[in-house]
Amino acid sequence: MTHEILLAGFGGQGILFSGKFLAYDGLLENREVSWLPSYGPEMRGGTCNCSIILSDTKIGSPIVSNPNVLVAMNLPSLDKFENSAVPGAKIFVDSSLIDRKVERDDVDVYYIPATKLASDHNLPGLANMIMIGHVIAKAGVMPYENVETTMKKLVPAKKQNLIELNIKAVELGYNY
Amino acid sequence: MIVFEKPKALADVPLHYCPGCTHGIIHRLVAEVIDELGIEGKTVGVAPVGCSVFAYNYFNCDMIEAAHGRAPAVATGVKRSLPDNIVFTYQGDGDLAAIGTAETVHSAARGENITIIFVNNAIYGMTGGQMAPTTLPGQITQTSPYGRNPEQVGLPVKVCELLSNVDGATYLERVAVNNVKNVKNAKKAIKKAFQNQLEGKGFSLVEVLSTCPTNWGLKPDKALEWLEENMIPYYPLGVYKDKTAEKEAE
Amino acid sequence: MADKVLMKGNEALAEAAIMAGCRHYFGYPITPQTEIAAYMAKRMPVIGGTFLQAESEVAAINMIYGAAAAGKRAMTSSSSPGIALKSEGISYLAGSDLPALIINVQRGGPGLGGIQPSQSDYFQATKSAGHGDFKLIVLAPASVQEMVDLTFKGFDLADKYRMPAMLLSDGTMGQMMEPVSLEMGEVKEYDKSSWAACGTKCEREHNVVNSLFIQPEELEKYNFERYERYAQIEANEVMYDEYLMDDAEICIVAYGVAARVSQNAIDKARAQGIKVGMIRPITLWPFPKAVLNAAADKVKAFISVELSMGQMIEDIELATRCKKPVLLCNRVGGMIPTTEDVLNSINKANSVGGDK
Repeated sequence: MTHEILLAGFGGQGILFSGKFLAYDGLLENREVSWLPSYGPEMRGGTCNCSIILSDTKIGSPIVSNPNVLVAMNLPSLDKFENSAVPGAKIFVDSSLIDRKVERDDVDVYYIPATKLASDHNLPGLANMIMIGHVIAKAGVMPYENVETTMKKLVPAKKQNLIELNIKAVELGYNY
Repeated sequence: MIVFEKPKALADVPLHYCPGCTHGIIHRLVAEVIDELGIEGKTVGVAPVGCSVFAYNYFNCDMIEAAHGRAPAVATGVKRSLPDNIVFTYQGDGDLAAIGTAETVHSAARGENITIIFVNNAIYGMTGGQMAPTTLPGQITQTSPYGRNPEQVGLPVKVCELLSNVDGATYLERVAVNNVKNVKNAKKAIKKAFQNQLEGKGFSLVEVLSTCPTNWGLKPDKALEWLEENMIPYYPLGVYKDKTAEKEAE
Repeated sequence: MADKVLMKGNEALAEAAIMAGCRHYFGYPITPQTEIAAYMAKRMPVIGGTFLQAESEVAAINMIYGAAAAGKRAMTSSSSPGIALKSEGISYLAGSDLPALIINVQRGGPGLGGIQPSQSDYFQATKSAGHGDFKLIVLAPASVQEMVDLTFKGFDLADKYRMPAMLLSDGTMGQMMEPVSLEMGEVKEYDKSSWAACGTKCEREHNVVNSLFIQPEELEKYNFERYERYAQIEANEVMYDEYLMDDAEICIVAYGVAARVSQNAIDKARAQGIKVGMIRPITLWPFPKAVLNAAADKVKAFISVELSMGQMIEDIELATRCKKPVLLCNRVGGMIPTTEDVLNSINKANSVGGDK
């Protein structure tokens, strides 16, 4: 099984961090992993995306040009990548920031108002992890029971508070 | 009784310099200082591109030949690798004040604990007498055949004055080797520049006004006079910066 | 198996350099390799090493020259336009027989170009890294693990043959994270006392590090000697990887990120029944000429997949003596060929007459 995941949104939404979270789980699960960010001036305030591949076989290209999991956290990202997803792909849309629907009918679409949920639940800046929780629930990219271990691996222990908030955000998205 | 001998740090080989050129005197002064401080075994010299390009054959310490203008960067690499060794560069005016300006200014700005011997003879010697950044206004060279015209090519770069505004520099002095008194002063300055490094005091540069009889088109004795009458008035001798003295005064 | 960690290519190679005993790094910021400098700036002071941000690439390479001349393992890193500035110093390193490791995380050119991944410095690295007759050992990583392994190897080869080596990477390899093992075995020490300028202690003749030889006979002699060493390297140090070449009728040649994309295309083509494989040079110099020439007797066509306007393709044609057609599949300027681009070229190559 190979998950070719593309996470896309604004710089500052934590796109790269949420990608790292999935990549770290792949590492702990002893899977083949690659994580590739977009880089350059476009990161500074503009669009930002991140390719993550989790696979049981050796990974070729680290560039995800045709994702089977697409997470769009703003409208330009959905506009840019909707058509690149493979048929049957799972597309996750932050419906609090994107007011249009996905036009394709050959993909599974999940709308979740992640940014609004984050502010409603006092989880500032954690819409990204709410999205990831939902991706775990619907696309099975990693076992849910790994969330805590992986988060502790990724976030330094001295930032205990952040670990708890991130886990809470993932839970919220998972159970949405 | 031996009353005069070659310094140990100077190799026993003939120098290639033209008759009357004062590079030989400056080499000797550097070697005498290395002997007197007893540092030959831990000194690493960096030779430039220019007339003193073969300096690596003339000093008995370990030597490195640098690309044109890059000696202070090379010396930085050596000193950072071997902080307990003594590292000096020996550079001419084209090397230090034209192509190597950035390396000179920034090694001073960093306060690299190195010693730079800067030989200013107001001309490119090795390539046959072209205009240098330190060529005097009106001075005739192969590439300023009508005399250096400041309106077209600007005025000379005064290195000690320039670097005296760089906070990182520790010690800057301009000396000359045109008579016995000045040679003695030059040696004192060179010794201080090495001593500073031994004591970890930072960037020291001694600018030595030197002659180029061949490319100036003068006999050696006339060249010494020309230096005195033309160069020294434009490039006044003296200490331009001495943080060590400032500290002592405090 | 050693514990793996997840690291960015640039940071992993920086850590590998430290583990290889490099304690002297001099550099100048340029995208997309600045993580290397940032990593060194953090780590070097902690372990008693030197990190110095030079005033220019020109100064940085000459600081490397100084540190290498003093007998230390030294490294600099840059990206394409910065490497051009370093070419003077690289030539002096080669001419003075000094070991050093130079990292080029390539970006698109010419001129200021762009900051996205590229392989357009292939000629510069393998043929013309500076003035004069000399070679660099050129290593081309295709994974974060190889960024680590080849950094370690690069220092060793540089010391072994007393010459500069270059890691020719690209923005993708530098920016991506993959699980990587930092276990690299023992660092082999080389005796540098016969040439390093580190002080005579008044116990030996002085050492001179130099590339100037005014007598043409002498200069020629050193050039000949150097090329004898290069011949040994060509005989002993070629590295490449083969993928599905046993029954291949089409051979892709690609390095770095181009090889990673090609692997996907090969898998897809195989699923369609096309017999295609890959020879991936790991050393670009020495180039894996023999294996390519042998392959030319078996396959019907080659495809050079590169992020440049047809540079490595010339080496493939030379290595195979033009026995079989070599197609070019390329994107440039920071663009990367897609799996489909490579697949199209495979189909084209497959329709080349069956004159094998």
